[in-house]
Amino acid sequence: MIATEIETYREQHAAFQRKSSPEWLVELRQQGLDAFTRLGLPTKRLEDWRFTNVSPLTANPYELSSLTSPDNEIVGDEINALVQQATLDESYHRLVFINGRYCEESSRLHDVSSGVIIDNLASVIRSRANEVRDQLSGGLDFDESAFAALNTAFIDDGAFIDIPDGVASDRPVHLVFLSTGSSRTVSHPRNLIRLGKGSTANVIESYLGNGDVYFTNSITQITLDESAELDHHKLQHEQIGALHIAMTRVDQRTSSHFRSHYFSFGGSLARNELDCVLDGERIETTLNGLYMPKGDQLMDCRTRIDHAKPNGNSHELYKGILDDKSKGVFNGKIFVRQDAQKTDAKQSNQALLLSDDASVNTKPQLEIYADDVRCTHGATIGELEEDALYYLRSRGIPIDFARKLLIFAFANDVVQGVELAAVRRHLESLLLSGHELSEDIL
Amino acid sequence: MLEIKNLHARSDETEILRGIDLQVNAGEIHAIMGPNGSGKSTLAHVIAGREDYEVTQGEIHYNGKDLLDMEIEVRAAEGIFLAYQYPVEISGVSNKYFLRTAMNCVRKHHGESPIKRTEFIALLKQNLDRLGMDKSMMDRSVNEDFSGGEKKRNEILQMAMLQPKLAVLDETDSGLDIDALKIVANGVNALRSPERATIVVTHYQRLLDYIVPDKVHVLAGGKIVRSGDKSLALELEDKGYGFLQELTAT
Ligand SMILES: Nc1ncnc2c1ncn2[C@@H]1O[C@H](COP(=O)(O)OP(=O)(O)OP(=O)(O)O)[C@@H](O)[C@H]1O
Ligand SMILES: [Mg+2]
Repeated sequence: MIATEIETYREQHAAFQRKSSPEWLVELRQQGLDAFTRLGLPTKRLEDWRFTNVSPLTANPYELSSLTSPDNEIVGDEINALVQQATLDESYHRLVFINGRYCEESSRLHDVSSGVIIDNLASVIRSRANEVRDQLSGGLDFDESAFAALNTAFIDDGAFIDIPDGVASDRPVHLVFLSTGSSRTVSHPRNLIRLGKGSTANVIESYLGNGDVYFTNSITQITLDESAELDHHKLQHEQIGALHIAMTRVDQRTSSHFRSHYFSFGGSLARNELDCVLDGERIETTLNGLYMPKGDQLMDCRTRIDHAKPNGNSHELYKGILDDKSKGVFNGKIFVRQDAQKTDAKQSNQALLLSDDASVNTKPQLEIYADDVRCTHGATIGELEEDALYYLRSRGIPIDFARKLLIFAFANDVVQGVELAAVRRHLESLLLSGHELSEDIL
Repeated sequence: MLEIKNLHARSDETEILRGIDLQVNAGEIHAIMGPNGSGKSTLAHVIAGREDYEVTQGEIHYNGKDLLDMEIEVRAAEGIFLAYQYPVEISGVSNKYFLRTAMNCVRKHHGESPIKRTEFIALLKQNLDRLGMDKSMMDRSVNEDFSGGEKKRNEILQMAMLQPKLAVLDETDSGLDIDALKIVANGVNALRSPERATIVVTHYQRLLDYIVPDKVHVLAGGKIVRSGDKSLALELEDKGYGFLQELTAT
């Protein structure tokens, strides 16, 4: 079985590589394919995938849609509807990708300050070959991760954001990844984000689709130079039958700030890997996450924070709200290297189980090699508080609204961590769906 | 307005209420006193609809309707309000939002449109001033990290905003300083009208100096063992619950 599966991807790869590309890229993709061939798709036997069984979803291969339908020239009503659905604020820059390929017609780019580049990867591969090559191959260990290797084997398109030194970006950049079509399509978006010294930016990645069974395998590589600040948001709204695998790799230099806001709602199986390397002093890293599986969904949040240098702070808050027979996995690892004295690392992971059949596996891990550090971690699993529900109802609030309100209250600190009003409103209305929304909810 | 007949209620295996009969008419104020653990809060919660208690016998009618058949939120929307002995903390929901949501849910139940923001703010301000509460408390999570007295005032604020028909105050006076006590009493008296009724559960005659009851009942061992007018409260203050022993002895 597995051999044929890999064989299929190899065949696709051969066809894919026929497209004209620079030699270095052809080579990088080949390295990706070789690593993938060697690693094979992950099974539950791997410690890192113990609670997350992808085998049923990967047993049949997915197809690269660019091989069958090569362009995104025709934008139909369906696409427009999806774009509409994804849109948060018309004033944001918007880059739309359909099945992994940039779609200019649906994208909206406003003027940018000089030196700022907001583009798609395919169009900068030649014009900025050196930077792109360095960033694509930097930091990411696709030798260890089959999905990262597979993505690398099929590097094609994605977002390219480059903010030069000292630029405070005024408009957030919204990256919209759409999966369409009825067949088992796969896309491998590859995004590069680089912020120069002292610059700031807001980026949002949205994932959604209208196909039933498809596979998104994305990678975002982020580099923050000294004192740069990035707020990175991810809104995972894939269709219920989708397989969503994503890896975000962040390289942080001295005094930089990175804030991640991860919100996971869709997909049959969604695995999000977030890997931060704090390679400089006085770095701040905040990872906030909210995952809300229901039905048979499985959501796996895997985070790594690697404190390599002194005086770094990291705060991690992940909350899960699990209904029906859904499953959650939280696997958060914090390394504090020998050099990283005076590190302050806080990790908290809380789950709210709305049903007896829902379950969550949490695995916080601290590996500390420095002696003068403050590291705390805590995990709680609870249910909706009956007393609170009763209190709300006894003031006239109907039970379904009261439940939503308490769920909202549980999720609220993660939502309020988002500073972009349009993103926050989007989340608030999702959480309180069907009920009136008020600006003074806090 | 409220008619309780032979009410028996239990939690798990223990029977707590063992045959309560009580009639409260519109316009009246009733006081319920009695030793710790006698079932006063249980009675209050059974009226509000708490699901931890199972009513095994008896009935409650509220304005002619079968109260025990009504959902908790419907009872509230129909005008029943319980001021909790131990108000619940709700982290992550602001007091202001909670109040407005509660009011709007009640209005919706009666087919009314939501309260206008400005109208709400004005009403809130008026009640906050009356209760001597700071408006900063409205932006805090419901009861979270409130002092004991603040929680009690917050209950009265909710009552003042919701304007219930039947208010049940469970030891709202406990933990209040003397000024707060007067404020709470004023809050209750302000609602006094021929269409409304109040049940105050208290251990102290002092409150009844400010909220003068029409009737006083003594609850002991899950039953109302004595009823009388306000002089009964004075007698209890004087002699304590010693008479209960005599009562059980005979
Ligand atoms: N949910 C419950 N589960 C088990 N026992 C309960 C429960 N609620 C009340 N009880 C018991 O029922 C009895 C009556 O309790 P209740 O709280 O009604 O007393 P009370 O008269 O309000 O007392 P106090 O004056 O101390 O407030 C007590 O013995 C109490 O322990
Ligand atoms: Mg009590």
